[in-house]
Amino acid sequence: MALKIVKGSIDRMFDKNLQDLVRGIRNHKEDEAKYISTCIDEIKQELKQDNIAVKANAVCKLTYLQMLGYDVSWAAFNIVEVMSSSKFTYKRIGYLAASQCFHEGTDVIMLTTNQIRKDLSSPHQYDTGVALTGLSCFVTPDLARDLANDIMTLMSHTKPYIRKKAVLIMYKVFLKYPESLRPAFPRLKEKLEDPDPGVQSAAVNVICELARRNPKNYLSLAPLFFKLMTSSTNNWVLIKIIKLFGALTPLEPRLGKKLIEPLTNLIHSTSAMSLLYECVNTVIAVLISLSSGMPNHSASIQLCVQKLRILIEDSDQNLKYLGLLAMSKILKTHPKSVQSHKDLILQCLDDKDESIRLRALDLLYGMVSKKNLMEIVKKLMLHVDKAEGTTYRDELLTKIIDICSQSNYQYITNFEWYISILVELTRLEGTRHGHLIASQMLDVAIRVKAIRGFAVAQMATLLDNAHLLTGNTQRNGICEVLYAAAWICGEFSEHLEDPMQTLEAMLRPKVATLPGHIQAVYVQNAAKLFATVLRKHEGETDSQAAQETSQLLIDRLPLFVQSANLEVQERASCILQLVKYIQKLQQKNVEVAEEVTALFAGELNPVAPKAQKKVPIPEGLDLDAWINEPPSESESEDEKPKAVFTKEEHKHSRSRHTEVDEKELARRREVRKQEQANNPFYIKASPSSQKVYDAPGVEHIPVVQIDLSVPLKVPGMPTSDQYLKLEEERQQKEKAERKKKEKKKKREKRGKERKADSGPESEEDIRPAHQVDIVTEEMPENALPSDDDDKDPNDPHKALDIDLDKPLADSEKLPVRTHRPEVLKSPAEDRVNESIPQETNKGSGKEKKEKKKGKEKDRKRSKEEKKKKKHKEVEEELLESQPEEAIQSEETKEATAPPTSTSTEASDLDFWLCSAPVPPAAQEETAPSSAAAVDTSSAAAPESEPDEPKDAEPEDTKSSKHKKKKQKKEKEEKEKKKKKRHHHHHHHSDAGGEDSVQNGTVEEEEPLPPMSNYSLLAENSYIKMMKEDADQVYDIQGNHQDESKVVVSVIFENKSDSFLKSMEFNVLDSLNSKLQRPEGAGPHDSLTVPFQLPPGVSNEARFVFSVQSIVMPQKLKGTLTFIVKSDESSTHEKLDFKLHFTCTSYLITTPCYSDAYAKLLESGDLKGSSLRLEGISMPFHHLLARICFHHHFSVVERIDSCASMYSRSIQGHHVCLLVKTSDQTVSIDAKCDEPSLLGNVLDEIKQTFSKC
Amino acid sequence: MIKAILIFNNHGKPRLIRFYQYFLNMQLQIKHLCTNKMAEDMQQQIIRETFHLVSKRDDNVCNFLEGGSLIGGSDYKLIYRHYATLYFVFCVDSSESELGILDLIQVFVETLDKCFENVCELDLIFHMDKVHYILQEVVMGGMVLETNMNEIVAQVELQNRMEKSEGGLSGAPARAVSAVKNMNLPEIPRNINIGDINIKVPSLSPF
Repeated sequence: MALKIVKGSIDRMFDKNLQDLVRGIRNHKEDEAKYISTCIDEIKQELKQDNIAVKANAVCKLTYLQMLGYDVSWAAFNIVEVMSSSKFTYKRIGYLAASQCFHEGTDVIMLTTNQIRKDLSSPHQYDTGVALTGLSCFVTPDLARDLANDIMTLMSHTKPYIRKKAVLIMYKVFLKYPESLRPAFPRLKEKLEDPDPGVQSAAVNVICELARRNPKNYLSLAPLFFKLMTSSTNNWVLIKIIKLFGALTPLEPRLGKKLIEPLTNLIHSTSAMSLLYECVNTVIAVLISLSSGMPNHSASIQLCVQKLRILIEDSDQNLKYLGLLAMSKILKTHPKSVQSHKDLILQCLDDKDESIRLRALDLLYGMVSKKNLMEIVKKLMLHVDKAEGTTYRDELLTKIIDICSQSNYQYITNFEWYISILVELTRLEGTRHGHLIASQMLDVAIRVKAIRGFAVAQMATLLDNAHLLTGNTQRNGICEVLYAAAWICGEFSEHLEDPMQTLEAMLRPKVATLPGHIQAVYVQNAAKLFATVLRKHEGETDSQAAQETSQLLIDRLPLFVQSANLEVQERASCILQLVKYIQKLQQKNVEVAEEVTALFAGELNPVAPKAQKKVPIPEGLDLDAWINEPPSESESEDEKPKAVFTKEEHKHSRSRHTEVDEKELARRREVRKQEQANNPFYIKASPSSQKVYDAPGVEHIPVVQIDLSVPLKVPGMPTSDQYLKLEEERQQKEKAERKKKEKKKKREKRGKERKADSGPESEEDIRPAHQVDIVTEEMPENALPSDDDDKDPNDPHKALDIDLDKPLADSEKLPVRTHRPEVLKSPAEDRVNESIPQETNKGSGKEKKEKKKGKEKDRKRSKEEKKKKKHKEVEEELLESQPEEAIQSEETKEATAPPTSTSTEASDLDFWLCSAPVPPAAQEETAPSSAAAVDTSSAAAPESEPDEPKDAEPEDTKSSKHKKKKQKKEKEEKEKKKKKRHHHHHHHSDAGGEDSVQNGTVEEEEPLPPMSNYSLLAENSYIKMMKEDADQVYDIQGNHQDESKVVVSVIFENKSDSFLKSMEFNVLDSLNSKLQRPEGAGPHDSLTVPFQLPPGVSNEARFVFSVQSIVMPQKLKGTLTFIVKSDESSTHEKLDFKLHFTCTSYLITTPCYSDAYAKLLESGDLKGSSLRLEGISMPFHHLLARICFHHHFSVVERIDSCASMYSRSIQGHHVCLLVKTSDQTVSIDAKCDEPSLLGNVLDEIKQTFSKC
Repeated sequence: MIKAILIFNNHGKPRLIRFYQYFLNMQLQIKHLCTNKMAEDMQQQIIRETFHLVSKRDDNVCNFLEGGSLIGGSDYKLIYRHYATLYFVFCVDSSESELGILDLIQVFVETLDKCFENVCELDLIFHMDKVHYILQEVVMGGMVLETNMNEIVAQVELQNRMEKSEGGLSGAPARAVSAVKNMNLPEIPRNINIGDINIKVPSLSPF
């Protein structure tokens, strides 16, 4: 053995280490690849040896080779071996290699789970650290699920070094295993206040990263972050927090208001540019969220713009860049404040730095107006000429087009100018954006009818000079323009001066060198032109010329008939035959022009790019159903579209079919789209190019004559400049005229002010050169208005959109690996789990943590035993047990009714955000967190038990958690009543009975009806009382077996015109249930409602009751007294009500695993009972949902029309239901350890369903 | 998030690459179509593209670059610094502060300078692993772990000491280093010389 070691180390002496490898590679410059391949062979040999040091050395070298681009995945197993070495040196090498070359697809990763777990729990902090670092790079969903719990424990490690790493890696775990977010979040939140700044910073980092994607879930943390922001001195943390606030403010404008001041202070005080910049950024975000005209914030905008100007003027290019970047954000909402810095931005266009020029370009986009558009574009055109790199020039080109076409060509006053610009742009060498120019040309020519004449003339010249565009093969992109040119000339050929010439230009032999889809358009439009020419000649009765034209087509078209492109070929041969036929007719001296023209009659309307998407799906059409048998896999690959335009061409030609065909086609298209969307091989065409042109009626195209003030120029000479001059002249003239007018006006009305908004650019005054109407794009009838931005469905952050304020359910605990499936936990234990969210601010959490640690140790011990088994076995076992749990947790999540306690968190935030004075009488609000479900019965009910005075329970023990006032804004109904008439109070019991909705009996129609939490308690002309049926009740004093507390939330709504005050709430206590009164109060004293109600306002108060026995339902009589105060008088009023505590309201929705459920049933402790319901016609899942919602059950398992359900009472009684349904009959078999409770619950269920 | 950290020299030779996201060719992004080799090729492609973008920029232009087509997306930015013969490029998304990352690069390079005592390109070439270990203390899984240089250096040193106590990887690391340092190499790397970085670093006061 010893000898072997010695031999091993001698071997090692001769091995190359990393340095030797690097040196070797550097010495073999000429045959590097060969040298490396020999090295790889050596490494393979080394990896075969037993000596771990040799292996580690080899792996280290592989890491280097990986950097050079060599695939080293073949050594993945060896890397795992090195990772599992006990020596830190080797372990570190192993993890480094793993982090460099492992990824989700690496199959050996699943072998590492136990090794990593062992390293995570290693006593040496650096072992743990290395494992965490490595894991952060290659964590997979499986690893995340299996290790989440271990990492979570590490978040409370004693060493800050480990804590901060554990905190950071949680983000990766969340991404891969979203279920872990909720259980881990409380601890993460806790780490925000870690004593170690590094850990704190890591926690901020993680939460910011999470919040950036799903900001709304993190709004409730705003107060905490606000505190951090005002207290932290760490600039990294500050920057992150400030960035986070930037993401939160759009959701909560009030937050923005609160932020402005501290941020402004920071801007003034900080010396760190990075911090200043982020502050400015967030202030901008705040201002955007408040954008609805806040005059008092103009100072902030000014401050921002001012600071940004300083940044932009700075000699540091970085600051200049960032300044421009931030400026563009202001631009969106406050363009005016940016426009005043136009000089600076134009100056940046000349900057030598491309990044800066691009940013400046972005800004220009928002700065154009009708007045300066031409000027700015001219400047950009100059830049286009000067630009050296094609990328920048292309960027310029797209920007020019963007700027001009923005908001439906809003700023273009002269479309002739714009067409000229487009034509000029075609002269760009080697641009990729030919199709962009082309689509602009098409768009303008189609939508601006008045410009067609001019456009057609320009396009004709373009076609005539096509050789300039196609001559150079490099200019391939630009020949797309010819597509547009040909189409425009053909479609609007009636505007052509000399159609014959254009026709000839389109049929030149050279055309055959163009791309197929362009040739196809040429051929088609040649036919259109032909029709026009024929008509012209026949109009002049020049049959000779007409026949010559036909001959021309017959001569030239065969060239296209031979085209390799099918589309071209097909069109050409069709048209050729047609022309031949026409020629025959011509020879017989038949007039054909009319008929030929009819082929192309009708005008095409522009259709909005999204129109197709917006077509509502007709009823009864199932888009997912197959029309034919699904085609084989390989076929779908052929479906890739060719060029975008070919497709479009398809559509025009088909759009001339009859109406019915069109619909059928659209349907088919929809189906195909769906199919394509599901087909990963299908490259989606950009929506902008998917215009479909419709053929409307046969109205004649209105011909608007524009007399061309500018003669056509041969391309090659810039033409757009003259428009600029013209425009200037025109504007000057107009100005002069205006001045005259104004003078007149002034004379007339001196007192009146001219215009409030006499900014530098009163755009309204600039009249367009031509009156043009821009045709709006058509949308289908009853198009769906929703503007759904399709989000990336693969975004991993989508899964992290999880409500974090909900209390944790049992099922959501991180999977802890155990030998046996979980046993049902005792209610006490459950409660511990439920209290996790509160743990943060409570010392009691520690106890629990310790417990957990203990558990973990146990688990680890068991792990150790297991380790002796082979890896795979363990892995398999794991894979089997885990998914099951996951599925279950999902099920239960769905089953649980939406808890209401979120509102408390939200209300905390509300409280923090509204700077209003502290809510009055906080004592009532200090009630325990959960509210009891209380049924109401306003109908006259039998007397409840005689009251017996008992001392109220002091309630300060469990206070302080939910202090904050809850503000509810309910819809307000105002009823006008005469004040004096209502001296006596109505006990609107009958009326109340009618519209009182018994808890759980909201009659509603089909898809899961919304189920209300509130039900009417009592009402009179002054006030309406609503009960909240919160579905969470839990025993707060877990030790007192016989006493439970329930909270009743009551909404008071003032229905009158008067002010209601001094409201007092009193209930006659029964033996069993008592209203909790403050200490010192007598048993009959009433509680003061902690607010007053102005007219129309509603507010909510909570009352705590202590309940002894929960097996029977209860009714309590109560009275509300209040003073109605109107202008003249004030009266004392009273309202009686009855509180109904159902047995159901004592049940807590508690998830239960099916195996635990089975055990429970087997135990024999439960007594059974059953119930049959007839004539239930609702779907089974509605039925279940109702039971879940109204009776606080959760579904354990559901098989077809049979489901098992579970719930637990606040005193720990188990209630199990087996619900079966068959033709309108529902049978419920129930078991419970308390028969009377069960009986009552079943009665209540029966009642629920009898009402619907 | 930091998506990738690349260090390459003036000729585009990679000296350290660290991807925090698994980049693949868009067309091949369906998992089963990807072999491991493709991932490596993609990484090399990204390095080449990044080098191409960065190397043609003057030293006095700004240090931000809108991401290349491969790393892609308008959300991504390249933030880089050029020290003597080396480019340090961080590819980040919009959740990172641009100036903050610039500062982080500075912290990283200064840390390297401390750990290697006057760091030069050769140190990075021959001790890629050590550079990785240092980087691991600065950035973890794409998120900034520590920005305090003293803390970083302390942790790195503690780990190195631990390694030394175990006997290290090779028996004679000094041998290789000294041999290298005395070697006459075709391309003579200059000192990175942290002292005269003339790029104005907006100061992030004490972390």
